[in-house]
Amino acid sequence: MNAEVVDVVVVGAGPAGMAGATKLASYGLNVVVLDEQSSPGGQIYRGITLAPLSRRDLLGPDYAQGNPLAQALVASSARYEKGAAVWQVTRDHRVSYLREGRMQTLQAKAILLATGAMERPFPIPGWTLPGVMTAGAGQILLKSAGLAPSEPVVLAGCGPLLYLLGWQYLRAGVEIKALVDTTHHEDYWRARRHLVAALRAWPYLRKGLQLMRSLKKACIPHYTGAEALAVEGTDAAQALTFQVGGKHERIETRCVLLHQGVVPNIQFSQSLRATHTWDEMQLCFSPLKDSWGELDVPGVFVAGDGGGIGGAQVAALQGKLAALSIAARLNVLGAPQRDKQGADLRGELNDNLRIRPFLDALYRPRDEHRVPSDDVLVCRCEEVTAGDLRSFVALGCTGPNQAKSFGRCGMGPCQGRLCGLTVTEVIADARQVPVADVGYYRIRPPIKPITLGELAGG
Amino acid sequence: MDNSTCPSGDVLVIGGGIHGLSTALHLARAGVRVTVLEAEYCGRHASGVNAGGVRTLGRKVEEIPLSLSSSKLWHGLADLVDDDGGFVSCGQLKLAENADELEECRKRVQQVQALGFDHELLIDREQVFEIIPSISRHVVGGIWVKDDGYALPFRTVTAFRRAAEKLGVKVMENTPALHIDQVGTHWQVKTASGTYQAEHLVVAAGAWAGQLAEQIAEPVPVRPEGLMLMVTHRVAPFCPTVLGATGRALSFKQFSNGTVVIGGKLVGSVEFAARHGEVEINRLSTSARTVTDLFPHLRHLGVNRAWAGIEAFVADDLPVIGGSGKASNLSYSFGFCSAGFQMGLGVGKRLAQEILGETSPISLAPFSIKRFANPMTNHPSVQAVDQY
Amino acid sequence: MPTEPLFQPVTSESRPTRTLNLTFNGKTLTVPAGISVAAALLMVGVTRFRATPVSEAPRAPYCMMGVCFECLVDIDGVPNRQSCLVEVSEGMKIRSQEGARDLIFQPVTNQALEVQP
Repeated sequence: MNAEVVDVVVVGAGPAGMAGATKLASYGLNVVVLDEQSSPGGQIYRGITLAPLSRRDLLGPDYAQGNPLAQALVASSARYEKGAAVWQVTRDHRVSYLREGRMQTLQAKAILLATGAMERPFPIPGWTLPGVMTAGAGQILLKSAGLAPSEPVVLAGCGPLLYLLGWQYLRAGVEIKALVDTTHHEDYWRARRHLVAALRAWPYLRKGLQLMRSLKKACIPHYTGAEALAVEGTDAAQALTFQVGGKHERIETRCVLLHQGVVPNIQFSQSLRATHTWDEMQLCFSPLKDSWGELDVPGVFVAGDGGGIGGAQVAALQGKLAALSIAARLNVLGAPQRDKQGADLRGELNDNLRIRPFLDALYRPRDEHRVPSDDVLVCRCEEVTAGDLRSFVALGCTGPNQAKSFGRCGMGPCQGRLCGLTVTEVIADARQVPVADVGYYRIRPPIKPITLGELAGG
Repeated sequence: MDNSTCPSGDVLVIGGGIHGLSTALHLARAGVRVTVLEAEYCGRHASGVNAGGVRTLGRKVEEIPLSLSSSKLWHGLADLVDDDGGFVSCGQLKLAENADELEECRKRVQQVQALGFDHELLIDREQVFEIIPSISRHVVGGIWVKDDGYALPFRTVTAFRRAAEKLGVKVMENTPALHIDQVGTHWQVKTASGTYQAEHLVVAAGAWAGQLAEQIAEPVPVRPEGLMLMVTHRVAPFCPTVLGATGRALSFKQFSNGTVVIGGKLVGSVEFAARHGEVEINRLSTSARTVTDLFPHLRHLGVNRAWAGIEAFVADDLPVIGGSGKASNLSYSFGFCSAGFQMGLGVGKRLAQEILGETSPISLAPFSIKRFANPMTNHPSVQAVDQY
Repeated sequence: MPTEPLFQPVTSESRPTRTLNLTFNGKTLTVPAGISVAAALLMVGVTRFRATPVSEAPRAPYCMMGVCFECLVDIDGVPNRQSCLVEVSEGMKIRSQEGARDLIFQPVTNQALEVQP
């Protein structure tokens, strides 16, 4: 297959991809940005260039920050290809993707993976019922289509995104039936030791406090320390049940939005067989990278949440850092300039990362919501329960890759994206070994499904 | 490195694939104490990630007796290992897509029947359509074996492992054999966790067996290849049998869950040291075209996953089975050239018989490693494998 | 099929200027242009997008960002499309995927095959 040769392929047009590609293009490099969405922004700035002003206003100032990034990308010489589903990236920098039903291949000198985060799985009884979605899904509907729940909604879990969505819904006039917060007093206690560092990231902390205050002012029923979340219903969600201080609660609703943080989307870095390490603070795997974002696969860089959760500001800074290193690698930037600019960016990066330990400690998802009881579905596609996984372990299954063979776990359409972390943690728990020893799924192409006809035509 | 010597019983088997485990099981049934050393986990490579074809059809004539004896064992697998390995006896059909191919099929069936075997049947166009109504009408006939079918590779390997373990076989996973050596009357196998020692050694290490044979100066013209497969999303049942083709490489089957596994000697790339096979897009395209030619209605069917499993290919396309020509108490079972899954059952039994000194009407002579003993003999070069 | 929609446009947004027609399981629906198929179906009251091929359990979008593959539908004869990633277009024919008994690509008839070149 004849591959078009380019300097850099950037996968993803969120803050990291947009900032990285814009900077790379500024050095005169031939840059192609491949993104699955129909407009730039990623998930955090989803639809930023298309959203009407009223919607932008409703979503708040953080969302509006995406616009300059998107405009800069569009104005740059980088070739932005929307609606491009990348299905393979190889260690020798070949990128295969599908666009408008056609298979295309690029051969690059360097790759910047900016594939961002996904929401952490929230495996509880009933989480597969229609009407149960992630808070991120609720926010995407708001950002991309101006849609919000038509009847009182229940927000459940923990983490900044959950409270931000609550605040945005209040501004949109959406009735919030309850905020069911899984954060415990002990979590505040644990987070306390990171407070000094967090205070140095005061803008983040202030924003958070403002969010919580406005939710309080709206007199939304706010349960804290909620445990044992479960959704009731047969064909669709009917109620959320949980316990607070040993007391059983039940709230009727057709719409439950769940959230317990975000984790790196590591499909590409895993498929490249980059080394990944288990992050005990963030409870996720992230790829090992150097201070510029380069993986232990030469010439492949990662920027943004895909390399570890840092948020949108951090993502943009990391995109620029990776761009500096790539530009130097491709001999369009001298090492001294790279290092000087890099030092400045790193200073800013560290300022923005100070809040993370505090947030990670405070909003650490509860064990029972990560390692569920036997009857809970873990692999939604192939309907494999936590109990099934434990029975595989009893038969000698030691890791996620064998779990696939034992019971098709992770073999459905999502290819283990959504169950990967849960499967690893359940197996580690059942075997009573560290999570790092259990490892993750081997991720194989196609990363996005491709039809036989499309493959045959290529 | 741990320098301790681990008690390992009478026989050490290197390789926890279908061949190593099947051999171990049959030895254990005869009361032999066996330890299996597996570099990663049982069934990690060719044995566990192959397409699952259980095929006697189209075997090289030397392989036919072993393959047919394996077929018998497949049909009674549950009695042997307490699990049927997901075996479905749905038949296998090798398609002829034009008159020349049909003629080739006719000659093949005549040849096999002349040798006294009656499992392969030549069938015509109408019979093909009767077996598989959804296939493209350009097909003109084929060879049919009704007792063939498919199984679930990893499940089968696991069943063998568990059955062997029940009979006392010790299976050591994550224990790669670093070095083999005959010391006095014993074989010693060095691993990172200590040295294993036994009177008899079986090398059933698939793509990695050649390196071990070389350690005792018994080289084999063998090389690893990454064979690619892909599996689709689920579709309504349309293909009740396993398909192959005459004029082009194809291995095609629909599992009972609706997914379709497509392969056929599609060679990807191998990073041998990393024990990894990588998918090559061009070759997959060819395979996808073959499938959409035969089943036009599948053009919108999504490919969910593609992978490459590492397998050993011997220059003359025949496996290496049986005793060493150089050393005593050493047996081999490797180099099955992507056709070893079905044979694992019969080969394991036959090799165990040979080790136990029992007789059998099935000769292992054609598979002896001694055929490579004289380097001056003009053997087909390794490049012969390139035809795939 | 459609009940009271779970999602509706927020009040601050004026009605969309541009709409288009598509069908879901044969029923014609008018939806705003420029949004995803999943968003469109949710706003017209579709709560069940598909049934799983394993147990035929009902499913609907979960993540809306291409991760979960729960929003799979048949669009214009192509099954397993991620409806959260596909933008609506005029005349689009969408079908829910009803589990194993409704697996797509029923093979073509013998007769149709006979006339193939």
